[in-house]
Amino acid sequence: MKTKVLAIDDSRTIRNLLAATLEEAGFEYVSAVDGREGVDMYDDVAPDVVITDINMPNLDGFGVIEELRGTDINSKVPILVLTTESAPEMKARARNAGATGWITKPFDDASLIFALKRVTGAAA
Amino acid sequence: MSGSIQDTFFEECEELLEATDEGLSAIEGGDHNPEVVNAVFRAVHSIKGGAGAFGLDELVAFAHRFETVFDEVRANRMELDEPLIQLLLRSCDHLYNLVAVARDGGETDQAHHDMLIEALDKYIPEEEEDLTFEPMGLGGPMDVSAIDIPAAPTEETYQIHFRPLKDMYSTGNEPIFLFQALQEMGELSIELDVMELPGFDSIDPEESYLSWNLTLVTTEARSTVEAVFEFVEGLCELSIEGAGDAEADAAALAALEAAFGGAPADPTPVSEPAAMVEETPAAPFEQPAPAPTPEAKPEASGGKPAAPKAENAKSEQRGPNPTLRVDLERVDRLINAVGELIINHSMLAQQIANLDVADVRDVETELEGFKNLARDIQEGVMSIRAQPVKPLFQRMARIVREASSATGKTCKLVTEGENTEVDKTVIERLADPLTHILRNAVDHGIEKPEDREGTNKDRVGEIRLTASHRSGSVCIEVKDDGAGVNRPRVKQIAIEKGLIPENAELTDSEIDNLLFAPGFSTAKEVSNLSGRGVGMDVVKNAVTGLGGRINISSSPGKGSTFTIILPLTLAVMDGMVVSVADQTMVVPITSIVETMRGNDDMINNLGADGTLLSIRGSFVPICDVAGALGLEKKDDQPPGVYLLVETETGQRSALAVDDIHDQRQVVIKSLDGVCGEIAGVAAATILGDGKIAMILDPESILATSPAVGAFDTERRMSNAS
Repeated sequence: MKTKVLAIDDSRTIRNLLAATLEEAGFEYVSAVDGREGVDMYDDVAPDVVITDINMPNLDGFGVIEELRGTDINSKVPILVLTTESAPEMKARARNAGATGWITKPFDDASLIFALKRVTGAAA
Repeated sequence: MSGSIQDTFFEECEELLEATDEGLSAIEGGDHNPEVVNAVFRAVHSIKGGAGAFGLDELVAFAHRFETVFDEVRANRMELDEPLIQLLLRSCDHLYNLVAVARDGGETDQAHHDMLIEALDKYIPEEEEDLTFEPMGLGGPMDVSAIDIPAAPTEETYQIHFRPLKDMYSTGNEPIFLFQALQEMGELSIELDVMELPGFDSIDPEESYLSWNLTLVTTEARSTVEAVFEFVEGLCELSIEGAGDAEADAAALAALEAAFGGAPADPTPVSEPAAMVEETPAAPFEQPAPAPTPEAKPEASGGKPAAPKAENAKSEQRGPNPTLRVDLERVDRLINAVGELIINHSMLAQQIANLDVADVRDVETELEGFKNLARDIQEGVMSIRAQPVKPLFQRMARIVREASSATGKTCKLVTEGENTEVDKTVIERLADPLTHILRNAVDHGIEKPEDREGTNKDRVGEIRLTASHRSGSVCIEVKDDGAGVNRPRVKQIAIEKGLIPENAELTDSEIDNLLFAPGFSTAKEVSNLSGRGVGMDVVKNAVTGLGGRINISSSPGKGSTFTIILPLTLAVMDGMVVSVADQTMVVPITSIVETMRGNDDMINNLGADGTLLSIRGSFVPICDVAGALGLEKKDDQPPGVYLLVETETGQRSALAVDDIHDQRQVVIKSLDGVCGEIAGVAAATILGDGKIAMILDPESILATSPAVGAFDTERRMSNAS
């Protein structure tokens, strides 16, 4: 079984970059264009890991984490935050909301895969 | 692959820049709705994020400054006053330039770039200035990149003590995955410490009791080993002891801790309960497969709140309509096919008529249905190509801003009818002429602020850009409230350039239209802004190339209006099918004002070979289409029908043809590449009988007609005397 990634980002560029990297690395990739769509899709997609952007319309990344962590069944899914914010407080805030880890944009393939490996164990 | 993603990025940049532009314009107009402010912030943020992925450092750096300043606004720490809005608008314009340079190559105006950066930096608070954007952020890929460059080629043994705190589990981190990552680095032995595990009766399912002692033998650098624990730093007790120096150890840990904002080793518990008992690290994979229908799920999972479902229903009405991106070529193929379908219908109809069957009423009814469906499909397909002119208009706002600052004038662009939809190609090919007209309006139309005040006008000049649909055509209007066309000067220039005779007596409208005359404007007498060596004749050619026409009207002291009339689509048009010297031809309906059958009484001779048609007391020159096209007529019968057409100057002429057959929609087939340019012929079409018919261009036919020219000269002379 392929590890299924749900990526939530309002930037088409970032979604395409993620798709290219992840699919090549053997992940199954599903994407949502904003936080609300991501949360709405979550149950149907049943991903192994969620990668979410922070700044998004409709529902931001913190909102995504809070909603996903707010329901028992989802509480353990690893959630990686995509952030250009290298400032420590942004990571602290994401973690307090329940994020598993973070990927700093711009990411390279190795760091993205390495981050996924540490939270899903997927050897890609 | 990354090439096409980069294309996506540039495409998306266009959209994001438009959103930024739109948001800033709304803010400029007084809309301080937080959602508008947020949308601008997000758009610039996304540009920065994407640009970073492709190493476009200059764009990243500039977008970062923009974003930082705008974040201050967003957080209400800074007031959006007029100078700041203007700076942000100019910065947005500069972002367009930077994106264009990144995409197409070329150079940025470095002085302008530096000036904007300096201006933006003034708005960035002191403490944030240190946070200049670093593409490789703290604790991020920086650590990971070390994997590829092993700093310590020698083998090292690490003793790792790892004791998760209970909060670690609530963030979704799993010890086993960390161990797996370590295992890949070398030889790992794992020892589970259950010493702290209490008796079964006193176990708190939400507490964390287990700890591990790991021994890792690896050639990887220490930083790589530490990077494995990056996400759990602060959520566990961790010690990594190398056989080597303990000092470097402490320093590295301190650095890591700093990266996490000095997260305390024992963080205060988060308010939400750790929802699941941690026992099996692989639990997420062992969850039962999702129920086939979402409806069945709430029962299955018991405590699942109903809220997300309600959200689900709501989300169906949220946001803009879903869209689909389609390759333009596919749409064009479809349009072509629909064109063929319409031709096919005509042929069928003709064939049936030729069959000479007594009762074809039923067939005709069905055929009529076929025709209507074909039209519906055609309209549907055309609407796919249609796009609102809004993005184009937004670009024009930028042009006006740039032109204003280059000429030291103050103007604003007011746009109307932004949602008017026009064929995509038309929009694309309209950008250049419109840019030219607007630059012209700012440069030559709008007066200097002090001059405007002298004439009781608002200091700020207004240019109004309007789009509207007008009976099957699109009308684009550029109206300025400037000084109007300087007619004596225009006439003077035209005489100097030999465009008109010195004693020519022209109407106001004719003088205004001299602006479009080829060779009227040259780089010499226009300023460096709107000049660039092209005149308004280029604008006119671009518009006529789209099958449209352009008019100017002007009122001294009050301003000028340029009106561009364009066909809705470039693929199909309404035409009048006529015969000329035994040839079937099509004349565009849009250029025909009136049709009439002529008789000898109405025709007056003028000079040697000119004739005039007298209509309701006035005379219009007659242009014999057959003669203008160089066709030979079989008999000497005078043409029977006159098509009254009007040129851009408002001057009327009569096109003489043999007969009118039909009025119908025809599919335009370009003659490009089939044969050279033929004066008087715009394109071709295929008629119902399968024959090819030329689509005529009345303007160019009139230009070749001696009669019309003779009439013009005659009239000017008589006016002059």
